[in-house]
Amino acid sequence: MGSTITEKILAAHCGREIVRPGELINAEIDVIMCHDVTTTPAIDMLAEKGLSKVAYPERVVVMPDHFVPNKDIKSAEMVAKIRRWAKEQGIEQFYDLGRHGVCHALLPEQGHVRPGTTIICGDSHTSTHGALGAFSTGVGSTDLAATLATGELWFKVPESILFRLNGKLGKGVYSKDVILEIIRRIGVDGALYKTMEFTGELIDDLSVEARMTICNMAIEAGGKSGIINPDRKTIDYVKARTNETFKVFTSDPDAEYSQVFDIDVSNLEPLVAFPHLPSNSKPVSQIGDVPVDQAYLGSCTNGRIEDLRVAAEILKDKKVARNTRMIVVPATTDIWKQANKEGLLDIFMDAEATVSAPTCGACLGGHMGILAAGERCISSTNRNFVGRMGSPKSEVYLGSPATVAASAIEGKIADPRKYLQEKP
Amino acid sequence: MTGKAHCYKRDHINTDEIIPARYLNMDKEADLAEHAMEDIDTDFIKRVKMGDMIVAGEDFGCGSSREHAVWALRGAGVRAVIADTFARIFYRNCINNGFIAIECKGISQKVDTGDTLEIDVEKGIVKNLTKNEQYEFLAIPEFAREIIDAGGLLDYISRKVK
Repeated sequence: MGSTITEKILAAHCGREIVRPGELINAEIDVIMCHDVTTTPAIDMLAEKGLSKVAYPERVVVMPDHFVPNKDIKSAEMVAKIRRWAKEQGIEQFYDLGRHGVCHALLPEQGHVRPGTTIICGDSHTSTHGALGAFSTGVGSTDLAATLATGELWFKVPESILFRLNGKLGKGVYSKDVILEIIRRIGVDGALYKTMEFTGELIDDLSVEARMTICNMAIEAGGKSGIINPDRKTIDYVKARTNETFKVFTSDPDAEYSQVFDIDVSNLEPLVAFPHLPSNSKPVSQIGDVPVDQAYLGSCTNGRIEDLRVAAEILKDKKVARNTRMIVVPATTDIWKQANKEGLLDIFMDAEATVSAPTCGACLGGHMGILAAGERCISSTNRNFVGRMGSPKSEVYLGSPATVAASAIEGKIADPRKYLQEKP
Repeated sequence: MTGKAHCYKRDHINTDEIIPARYLNMDKEADLAEHAMEDIDTDFIKRVKMGDMIVAGEDFGCGSSREHAVWALRGAGVRAVIADTFARIFYRNCINNGFIAIECKGISQKVDTGDTLEIDVEKGIVKNLTKNEQYEFLAIPEFAREIIDAGGLLDYISRKVK
């Protein structure tokens, strides 16, 4: 019996030939990403236990993102503490304001994600980096602290579910719609404790960035990780960003999966996930009138340059509806600069949207676009839980960047397809 | 251990509900505890007593990786969570904090708020002293028990590192 890519990466990181689902292992961790919210408690815990010394400072990448630029005194104190700590520990990979970004967009962009590596971060959307063929998973602050102290972490080797995605996406349908469809089918705990491995013609066709959107939301189905076997696109993407070497692992044809899903995406429509679960999706053509007070384009799910390009194509020479506000948050500094260079930011501002500095911001109800009671937001983000973007009496609807842009124009949730040219 | 149950008869109670993200600029248990469960149960913090237990449906603790969810509950006096099933990161965070999380299929439909429960971790039994019933659960894995018994993951590994 063969092995999955996940089993191979984990075996290679615990000095074994083969590991099988259910086994408990201690795996070496290659990249430890630290952001503002979950790192400060880890620093305190380590100090308290007399484990202050970071074992491998060169594996640590620090990226404050949730409440930056600092939203209040408490969050300013958190980042100040992380800055002091990084300096004391000799951690050189620190992306402070001005080079900063939403960590799951910034980490691969800056070349820290390589195929075949292991990555952890105190953040559930760490599943994103599996899009480049790494084993990458979210953990809590204690796990983060333990990894900082030792360079390794315990895992139960997960079972894998294989999603074979075939067919071609229609106009106005994106990888966001694909992952919403998968979560709609299997539910928010359909992949609990398991790895979601994505393959097939659709994956081959998608850009590396679009693949990240799919792996990013693996956690919304309860998954431990999402992963995609690296191909030429992956290798090119990584080699353009780092000179570090890496080993490519891929799943064997006879690898064992706990479940296999064959999904044809050809007839998929743009989807919108209704409150208050990401699995609660409906096709955009079947939702009737849902007025929105805010349209939010950003986050680790859909705040990358391709997302901004799609939204700008729709918003060009149009205006955001009078009773609707639109907020655009390029996910990283480089994305912001690139969008500026391409004239996308002008398109957004001319449409009377506003553009913010990179931040996790309102995606998790932090700052920069919080919702009042009774308000509705169509958002390119990943969660529509109660109170996620502000008041517990507000509502969040999830969709693709194109759906967000079209909805901003109409002031209600709208089908993006009528605003787009036919694909060549 | 014995305590009174606060039963939520629904699935997918997420970490934003356990502790909303707007409070993540704090990380001390006492500060977080004041806001535990407030978006779905505004009076929870007034009712909860030291040693109480939360009972819930499937996928408890889904969503974000914030360990603040465990700290908020523990800070509020909650001694254990018993759920039909748990989300993965929340479950890990419980073990790593030496906090009791017990997976007991179907419990959310059998227990009511106010019932007095007694957990026997060794035997894998939850006794409902109010209803005079008992429910079996899968034993906590040995490796997890070692971490819990050490007082949490950091105490467990500190022996190895030092």
